[in-house]
This record gives sequence, C-alpha cells and structure tokens, in this order.
Amino acid sequence: MMGSISDASLTILILASASYGLKAAGPLALGGDRQPPPVVQRLALLLPVPLLAAMVVSATVISAGTWSFDARLVGLAAAAVALWRKMPFVVVVIAAAAATAATRAVL
Amino acid sequence: MTAQHPAEPSGSGSEATTAPDFDGAKRSAIIRQALSISLAVAPFGVAFGVATQQAGLSILEAMGFSLLVFGGSAQFAAVSVLADGGTPLAASLAGVLLSFRSLAFGVAMAPALRGRLWWRALVSQLMIDESTAVGTAQSELRWQRFGYLAGGIGVFVLWNIATLFGASAVAGADDFIEAAGIDATIGAAFLALIWPRLHNTTGKTVALGGAVIAFFGAPILPPGMAIVAAAAAVVLVWGRSPDDPAAGDSTSTTNYGSERR
Repeated sequence: MMGSISDASLTILILASASYGLKAAGPLALGGDRQPPPVVQRLALLLPVPLLAAMVVSATVISAGTWSFDARLVGLAAAAVALWRKMPFVVVVIAAAAATAATRAVL
Repeated sequence: MTAQHPAEPSGSGSEATTAPDFDGAKRSAIIRQALSISLAVAPFGVAFGVATQQAGLSILEAMGFSLLVFGGSAQFAAVSVLADGGTPLAASLAGVLLSFRSLAFGVAMAPALRGRLWWRALVSQLMIDESTAVGTAQSELRWQRFGYLAGGIGVFVLWNIATLFGASAVAGADDFIEAAGIDATIGAAFLALIWPRLHNTTGKTVALGGAVIAFFGAPILPPGMAIVAAAAAVVLVWGRSPDDPAAGDSTSTTNYGSERR
C-alpha cells in the first residue's frame, strides 16, 4: 500500500535496529585501540564454549520451545563418531545429514 | 603445542611455525568450514522465504528481513508472529529475544575485530551464530578474524540468495529439509566447531554446563533465552587460573588471555 508503511516494514525497521545494537555493542565498545579489560578478555575466551554447546542442544533436541527427541539425535551421534575418527569438517556435516535422512526413511 | 589444531579435525597437529605454506593451508581450511556451514544454513533461507510468502509479505519485505535483520531464528520468530496477526511491536519483541545472544557473541569476538570504528560498525552486521562459531574455533586472533569474516560473508550471501529463491517460488522446502536430514547439520557443525575445545577439563565443564542450562531452560524460558542463559556456565570455571589453557588453545591465551597490565 502506498503512503502508509506496512506492518512488515515497520517490524523490519524496529527489529533490524534493535538487533544491530545488540550485535555491534561488543565490537564498538570493546574493540578499540586499547586492549579490552582482563575480565572481557577472559569472557571472550570462555563464552563461546557454553554458547555453542547450548546451540548444539537447541538445534538437536528442541523444537518449538519444547524437547523433541527425533532423528536429529542420530545425526548428532553420527557427527560425534566422525569427529572422534578425526574426519574433516565437511564429512562430519554430511554424516549428520545422511544418518538423519536414513533414520527418517526407515522410521 | 599439545592441543590439536582447532581448525582441522583431520590436521597433523604440528603447527608451531607460520610458514607461507601453513598460512595457505590454514586459510583454505577455514574457508572450507565457512562454506560447509553456509551451505548447511542455505535451505533454511529458502524455508524463510517460503514462510514470508505464507505470511503474505512481499519479496522486498522478505529481502528486507534477510539483509537488514540478518539473524535466522529472529527472522523466523518475527514473521511467524506477523503471520498470526501480531503487531509489529510484538513481532519485533519476539525477534529481539532471539537476538540477545549477539551481545555475548560481540564480547567474544571483540578482541579479534579491532580496527577503525567504521570497520567495526560494518562487520558487526555479520554477528551471527555461524560467524562467531567459525571465528572462535580458531586459535590466533588474526585467524579468528578471518574465520568470522569468512563465515559471516558466506552465510550472508547464501542466506540472501536462498531467501530470494524461497520467496519467489519454491514450495515444499520444509519437506525437503526434513527428508534430506538438513535440519541435523546445523547442530553437527556447531559440535564440530567446539570439538577441539572439549579436550581439557575447563572446556568440558563449561560446555556441559551450557548444554544442561540450554536443555532445561528451553521449555521454561522465552524462545532464545536458554542460549543466553547458557553463558552463565562460565562461572563454573571462573576462579581457575587464566593460564590454564581455558578453552583448549594455548595460542590465543598468549594473545589476550594472560595479558599483563
């Protein structure tokens, strides 16, 4: 509709601004010429591990805000075996997809 | 160097010197990681495009989300609220909850993203799960920076092409993602990226802590907040000596982990 801004466009404006603020806060406030304070350095080193572990859980056993134990778990197990066997990254990802697809085809 | 090289699970493990040869190999290993993860998220970009059409959005609006918001789960959340007839404010709020983790990503990536203000402002748009994952999987700051950019640009380009694709035509994207097991690849990629950090007690402890918080938090907390809450797992190891190779790499500790002031 001409003249008035659509609900979707308004959402894009609000959400994009808020998301950008959250994304840029760290690099803008802490990424200057000076070394960030030791607390930040320690946080920067440690934070990725629990966050990524949480994302593994979230991507594997959570669906629509609840637990969902499905074929994705078989895929993750296949990925873990591939990693344990020191397979390359691409193989790990493909193994997960293949194991999940195979499980779904059988069940 | 006792730690296996984080970049390549299949690598030789001896990477003490920085020969040109090693730099080239390192660069292509990181690009391979970035490409794999970009290809893994692309189908979800198609699904997002399809979702925008089901919600009655124009192609321009679909692209507005993927270019300007650029945060997969936040985009999905906002569009599903709009599809249910929610207001822009409600839709934005749903999306913002899922964006809160970018704040933690920003803190984690800040040491590797130093530079001019305009440059930091520009590359911050790429602050998503995948860029942070590829970035923080590297040991040295300069490779973290390279990994962040490779992962971020790769996903940005493919995500937007995929959105356009999904918004223009394709039906049945969801079915394809399920049948091909593509929904399992994201978790697998994240697991591959933290794998090298699970070789010591500190890494194992925080990873397990984060996983447990996410697992039990997801059903109770608002969407996306369980991942934010997982950050609290760092308190489990906070008191330990910083010289303990905190997250499984000794190189970055010398860069900023054990900085003396």
